[in-house]
Amino acid sequence: MQVAMTVNGRPVHGEIEPRMLLVHFVRDQLGLTGTHWGCDTSNCGTCVLWMDGEPVKSCTVLAAMAHGHEIRTVEDLERDGELDPVQQGFVEQHGLQCGFCTPGMMMTARWLLDHNPHPSEAEIREAISGQICRCTGYANIVRAIQWAAEHPRVEPETVPEAFAAAGQAPERSGEEVGVR
Amino acid sequence: MTTVEEAPAVPMGFGRMTRKEDARFVRGRGNYVDDIVLPGMLHGAVLRASLPHARITRIDTSAAEAHPKVRAVITGSMLEDLNLAWMPSLSHDVVPVLATDKVRFQGQEVAFVVADDRYAARDALELIEVDYEPLPPVIDARQAMAPGASVIRDDIDGKTDNHIFDWEAGDRASTDAAFAAAEVVVAQDMVYPRVHPAPMETCGAVADMDKVSGKLTMWSTTQAPHAHRTLYALVAGLPEHKIRVVSPDIGGGFGNKVGIYPGYVLAIVGSIVTGKPVKWMEDRSENLMSTSFARDYHMHGEIAATADGRITALRVKVLADHGAFNNTAQPTKFPAGFFHIFTGSYDLQAAHCEVSGVYTNKAPGGVAYACSFRVTEAVYLVERMVDCLADELGMDPAELRMRNLLRPEQFPYTCKTGWVYDSGDYPRALRLALDIAGYEELRREQAERRQRGELMGIGLSFFTETVGAGPRKHMDILGLGMADGAEVRVHPTGKAVVRLSVQTQGQGHETTFAQIVAEQLGISPQDIDVVHGDTDNTPFGLGTYGSRSTPVSGAAVAVAAQRVRDKARIVASAMLEVAPEDLEWEKGRWFVRGDPSVGATIGEIAMAAHGSLELPEGVEGHLDAECVYDPPNLTYPFGAYICVVDVDPGTGQVKVRRFVAVDDCGPRINPMIVEGQVHGGLADGVGMALMEVMAFDTEGNHLGGSFMDYLVPTSLECPMFELGETVTPSPHHPLGLKGVGESATVGSPPAVVNAVLDAIGVRHADMPFTPAQVWRSMQGRPLRTDLAVE
Repeated sequence: MQVAMTVNGRPVHGEIEPRMLLVHFVRDQLGLTGTHWGCDTSNCGTCVLWMDGEPVKSCTVLAAMAHGHEIRTVEDLERDGELDPVQQGFVEQHGLQCGFCTPGMMMTARWLLDHNPHPSEAEIREAISGQICRCTGYANIVRAIQWAAEHPRVEPETVPEAFAAAGQAPERSGEEVGVR
Repeated sequence: MTTVEEAPAVPMGFGRMTRKEDARFVRGRGNYVDDIVLPGMLHGAVLRASLPHARITRIDTSAAEAHPKVRAVITGSMLEDLNLAWMPSLSHDVVPVLATDKVRFQGQEVAFVVADDRYAARDALELIEVDYEPLPPVIDARQAMAPGASVIRDDIDGKTDNHIFDWEAGDRASTDAAFAAAEVVVAQDMVYPRVHPAPMETCGAVADMDKVSGKLTMWSTTQAPHAHRTLYALVAGLPEHKIRVVSPDIGGGFGNKVGIYPGYVLAIVGSIVTGKPVKWMEDRSENLMSTSFARDYHMHGEIAATADGRITALRVKVLADHGAFNNTAQPTKFPAGFFHIFTGSYDLQAAHCEVSGVYTNKAPGGVAYACSFRVTEAVYLVERMVDCLADELGMDPAELRMRNLLRPEQFPYTCKTGWVYDSGDYPRALRLALDIAGYEELRREQAERRQRGELMGIGLSFFTETVGAGPRKHMDILGLGMADGAEVRVHPTGKAVVRLSVQTQGQGHETTFAQIVAEQLGISPQDIDVVHGDTDNTPFGLGTYGSRSTPVSGAAVAVAAQRVRDKARIVASAMLEVAPEDLEWEKGRWFVRGDPSVGATIGEIAMAAHGSLELPEGVEGHLDAECVYDPPNLTYPFGAYICVVDVDPGTGQVKVRRFVAVDDCGPRINPMIVEGQVHGGLADGVGMALMEVMAFDTEGNHLGGSFMDYLVPTSLECPMFELGETVTPSPHHPLGLKGVGESATVGSPPAVVNAVLDAIGVRHADMPFTPAQVWRSMQGRPLRTDLAVE
């Protein structure tokens, strides 16, 4: 079957088996290998990406279900050569070791900060509690997200809806918010 | 004299700096095995045994072969014809690549399908028919040697039972004498259950056999690429120079990725058969059910002491469940790994241990999950026994430990089973941990809460690790000595490259090994490229596990860099026309003694070494050096941990409130990375103590085959850790460094367990302390956690 969706602001389409998982479509067909696969059972969260502005576990979403929807992956966090504060926070606070859970963690963190710019430690822990890291013991992931909250990107246009709108709003001077 | 102001973000050597490798990881640009795509690549999938013990009577692959997307179906009998059905294990046993006669654990490899895509390969597995004749399984290790137990390994000539080995260490007679004379003796049975490293990335490989050149390129999730290459040469008869093993980014290892799995060999066979590259990635269930587990030690401990709390002797008997094949990674002379360091951190008169290994119908392995070759089990045993003794004596466990710890003046210390501890100041570390925790205040709070019916527990552990395997005269793995090579080369423009035999799985080698060279040569870590994980481009060595990278490979790099510095001195002497002895070193520069303004930087020396400068007799050009480092001894990091828990008296739910960890691993190359590794190990301890277990039912069904059943800690179970450090350099490492990667995994489980038992006032019950186990323990009838039996 044919699917078409917007991925990181770009329209994409593909011929797939109806049963194909979104994680495999993104990785194998689009070559966006920053999204990882780790468990098949929606437990580990290495496959977290955004669908219509909400984090989802893409091992439990069919590619067909994403037809007509907006997908955003880790590859879209960096803008105009500048790391997202969440990415910078993970670097600064040593929020990653092997790096395998990192993309999913960062996508959840970005979503959290868009909706709650000053989360408490408990709110951060709750937000990432559906994702597993075996290296860090989570302490530095929490600190990385706190760092990002303390260093928001200086970008007047940035409002919570901006990221969700980014892909479908090329008229909003795409250079600022889109990746082309 | 000129000095260069360094930006604090990048130290010229040791110190905190952010990691060089992070630039790609935070962009989603890591390159893991499953990210590798080659032209024409096919996909493999493994059919696995549904039963734990059964004779294979028929395999019909015809329907699978007829699948339009299937390129090959491989069975054990086909491999037998190629003499590839069995491969050597890491412990002088054999492991089947694909089952031929019997399946011996649930999840064992039975057939391999190669197809156009991963979905088709999985589909075709369903089309393979296997007829089994079920056999009684041996699941409970305690029944493995019982009369009438099924003989699992009837493939071994003359084998009539499930016995693997008996091994002992220490002095039996003096230990028995110490026990006979003891005023107090406490005995305790305990199980360290089977657990799994469960790295976030499962195991996998891409094999590409080039039929024209005859060269095999093997991308795989391996912590030990050079050892794997040699073993492939021995197993498959491929010439070693025609094998290239590449270990790209690895999504966590923890020992899980040390051994060679059948899937790797099958990917190679698949590529040979089809003439195409073949990718094989296992799924999570395959990872949990078939790959290298950890622990599974059934221990009986006895501790002897005087009435006033002076520990005199330890005696231990262990029953070790090694699964269906003895595939434990261990330095050859030690079938029980390094378990005989079980005397821990204490000054004893005598000690003796016996370990017996048995086969069961479970996956093989035994040493994985950051255990330092079974030091984890040893530390758990002794730290639990000390708490049991404290309970018997009515003494505070901190006071009992302080009274018995080795004293600084006893180092180097030869323990009762023969290990030579290189250095330590144990009381200082324990005192610091007690201070950070506010121990006295915690005990007061605990007493107050108990008055109110609240269950608060404080658990201590003190560990001595033994890492950096190891001296060639003492240890090897399958005949391969455990020395590691390194090469340091300074380019003409003063930038450098260092090539390593070891392989990071998240430890940050691209940063820390650059820092080691920077410390020696005064070249910024940012200007030093670290090459690793590719057997065609790095020197030989046994890889990264057992916390050996810094003690062994780190020493090799340090020595190689020092040799570069020595050579730079000779080149500088030619440049400056002075004798080498008249030159002095400051970081990054040789200068004339007494006239610091006359000198040459390492960059200037590098250019001269590559130029037309006339060099002294016998000095070759260029600026590089190599080292193969044979460590004279292991290194012995240590630490003191204190865990504080609250237990819900109604549900048995444990909440870890605080976790204090004082680690001494000698000087720290990059404190940020050391702290990160300690954090991860502390979380491991929370997981093993409270939730992780691979249990089986009596039929041999694996009860932990997914992350829905095998529970690992999340952000909600882990506290913000409170770390402290003391620094006691190793006297034999060139930079005084000790390994640290597994310290916290070794030290943390007994701290958590001791805290839980302290909270509920029970002397002993077995991990993991799920709410059910806590509640049952409070009722005086703890569960057996490794088997689903009442």
